[in-house]
Amino acid sequence: MVSPTTMAAIRTSGAAPNAEYLLTAEGIRKEFPGVVALDDVQFRLKRGTVHALMGENGAGKSTLMKILAGIYTPDKGDIRLKGQAIRLDSPLDALENGIAMIHQELNLMPFMTVAENIWIRREPKNRFGFVDHAEMRRLTADLFARLKIAIDPETQVRDLSVANRQMVEIAKAVSYESDVLIMDEPTSALTEREVAHLFEIIRDLRRQGIGIVYITHKMNELFEIADEFSVFRDGKYIGTHASTDVTRDDIIRMMVGREITQMFPKEDVPIGDVVLSVENLTLDGVFHDVSFEVRAGEILGVAGLVGSGRSNVAETLFGVTPASSGTIRIHGKPTVIDSPNTAIRNRMAFLTEDRKETGCLLILDILDNMQVAVLQDKFVRNGFVSEKELMRVCEDMSRRLRVKTPNMHERIENLSGGNQQKVLIGRWLLTDPRILILDEPTRGIDVGAKAEIHRLVTELARNGVAVIMISSEMPEVLGMSDRIMVMHEGHVTGFLDRSEATQIKVMELAAQ
Amino acid sequence: MSTNSAAQAQVAAQKTARRLPPEISIFLVLVGIALIYEILGWIFIGQSFLLNPQRLTIMILQVSVIGIIAVGVTQVIITGGIDLSSGSMVGMTAMISASFAQASTWPRALYPSLTDLPFIVPVAVGIGIGLLAGLINGQLIARTKIPPFIATLGMMVSARGVSKWYTKGQPVSGLSEQFTFIGTGVWPVVIFLVVALIFHIALRYTRYGKFTYAIGANVQAARVSGINVESHLVKVYAIAGALAGLAGVVTAARAQTAQAGMGVMYELDAIAATVIGGTSLAGGVGRITGTVIGTIILGVMTSGFTFLRVDAYYQEIVKGLIIVAAVVVDVYRQKKRKT
Repeated sequence: MVSPTTMAAIRTSGAAPNAEYLLTAEGIRKEFPGVVALDDVQFRLKRGTVHALMGENGAGKSTLMKILAGIYTPDKGDIRLKGQAIRLDSPLDALENGIAMIHQELNLMPFMTVAENIWIRREPKNRFGFVDHAEMRRLTADLFARLKIAIDPETQVRDLSVANRQMVEIAKAVSYESDVLIMDEPTSALTEREVAHLFEIIRDLRRQGIGIVYITHKMNELFEIADEFSVFRDGKYIGTHASTDVTRDDIIRMMVGREITQMFPKEDVPIGDVVLSVENLTLDGVFHDVSFEVRAGEILGVAGLVGSGRSNVAETLFGVTPASSGTIRIHGKPTVIDSPNTAIRNRMAFLTEDRKETGCLLILDILDNMQVAVLQDKFVRNGFVSEKELMRVCEDMSRRLRVKTPNMHERIENLSGGNQQKVLIGRWLLTDPRILILDEPTRGIDVGAKAEIHRLVTELARNGVAVIMISSEMPEVLGMSDRIMVMHEGHVTGFLDRSEATQIKVMELAAQ
Repeated sequence: MSTNSAAQAQVAAQKTARRLPPEISIFLVLVGIALIYEILGWIFIGQSFLLNPQRLTIMILQVSVIGIIAVGVTQVIITGGIDLSSGSMVGMTAMISASFAQASTWPRALYPSLTDLPFIVPVAVGIGIGLLAGLINGQLIARTKIPPFIATLGMMVSARGVSKWYTKGQPVSGLSEQFTFIGTGVWPVVIFLVVALIFHIALRYTRYGKFTYAIGANVQAARVSGINVESHLVKVYAIAGALAGLAGVVTAARAQTAQAGMGVMYELDAIAATVIGGTSLAGGVGRITGTVIGTIILGVMTSGFTFLRVDAYYQEIVKGLIIVAAVVVDVYRQKKRKT
């Protein structure tokens, strides 16, 4: 059952495998308090292949990957590297066994240089035992030259863009010269050009016989880069296939265990009056003269590359970073929005881009997370919170959004990304908004939850909410929006109607 | 099916685990420490530690002032901040409130025309001065964005300066009986427990409390959710200041005099009581009930050492160890809960 591409890869690698599999895991079980994260799971990685792990959030793929990287120890099971049973008690163990991991969350030290970050713990020393900075710079330059990365090794990491930080992480993992490289959604912060660059690097590593475990939610990446893929669902292993043998629908079926008939349940609903109109909105040095309007029942998609100022416009609309100049009108009335509090009082809601940084109160429970915005002006009498009423309302909301949790007192950090996002959406729906701003509403969440969120947005639009939806995922923007506003480097470059919008037209406006 | 029932069993197990509040473990530590003293007492001294109501009363009286401060400090720490100025505020407010509590029979009253005032005046002055100092802390932190550690460090130094400057280092004596009455009997304990109850309710059931936890958990998310973080922080630090002021009033009333050196190191005892009580210095976690138990643990420790006739020098050494050990246990517990 070796796929043709795998065979080709093995041949070109020139190295005869001394075992059929580079890395195997059999019968893996891992429990967390209250959940069985993995139940009798297997995984086999061949030499010189890219093996994608697919599954909804909460399916167990992150847990499996963390076990392979030595971050978690399995309760049961057997891990073999090149046929040898190994025990991984720490990430350092894994590294020393030749397994390196690129985390989704970046783990670089912002106040150290790129070179220092890459060689940390392995710094080249001179004969006095001090760090040899010249040698370190040379090693980094060599590494970057090999990977065709154009970053100055002496830059402090805090001065790099998120995409460049991701490239540094990748270079660092490669520098360990590992046999196995684990990548957790490495493209989530990259633009298309950088993704192409990353894929070049991956193909090169594959030719050298390195096995790559690749986690992604993006179907097209799977077909582009992966040789094989394994699907997981609810902590169980579903199957492994060659990526040439299947269609997109097959994979989705395996992941969710049910048919998703309609990816984008966009309905045509009557479009009402203008709810929000923005004129020449400017935040000095960030974006300029942004003008648009949104009507009741309309979904305005906002497209643009990373760094185009899309999220900044959203933050300014919501008063997080008040505008330098320009006019915001709500129902025709000029309104100054100088803080999120003012925005909420004008019945606006804002689902932010970064769940962890600006969304979740991670150490608090679902109830606390859901109630925090609505407490601004409801469910409070003489300062006292109407606990029972609020509990009932939050439970109803949680049921309506199908949040998977034993009860409302579960800490939000124990939920999967999709469920966290549902809780945060619930937080805003409780405030009964007229204007809903969604910034990357489905980033990093699984197919099932994605479809549910799309259905919900459609339902809100039907009820007359004006929706602004920022998204980097082209199918989402094209599939959900009535109109699309495209931005490039802080300026609006054009509007496209649903009927005329295509991926190519959007990209033309976004990339200019 | 079997996995399903297993999952249900786990959910049930979680529910029972949740019914035990986190204070239970702190309370068990308290019981443990008391029992150790009890046993050591019978072995070395030949008498009971616990069956001595007088000792227990003195013990809790001694920590009431720390407890009043700690109730404020707990709220500050839940927001992710710290207050180093409360000890100095005790000194400052003790001096200033005492100067408005002098009896006309005392020949050297600071304000000879303002003697024999009703006790509410010095009490209000003490709390008011504390509130004012707390407001300054809060404004500094909220407006200039300097770290709370630095802002309250500045206040700590300056407030101590004020308490010395106020009478050029002279103590304030001759306090009226109606004022010193606050410090007699179990009044300090009653004040401590009432204050604790009020803020327990405030943190648990009011919007003020919910927002305090939200800010400590994630200040950016709190702001995006519409919380006016700046004005809320000002409130929290002002409350902490007012409680330190109240503690200063009680201290002066108990001692029947006020001195500029009162309250030195109280801020650290209050922080220790808070942290022993399970409040996380990272913010977002903590309860007044825990702080009350933490305060009593501090009292039991000191009282027990005295009871066992342990040298005062050893007392401090061991006290430091116990504070650190309590936090280590807590960190370990938190970690276990997570994975």
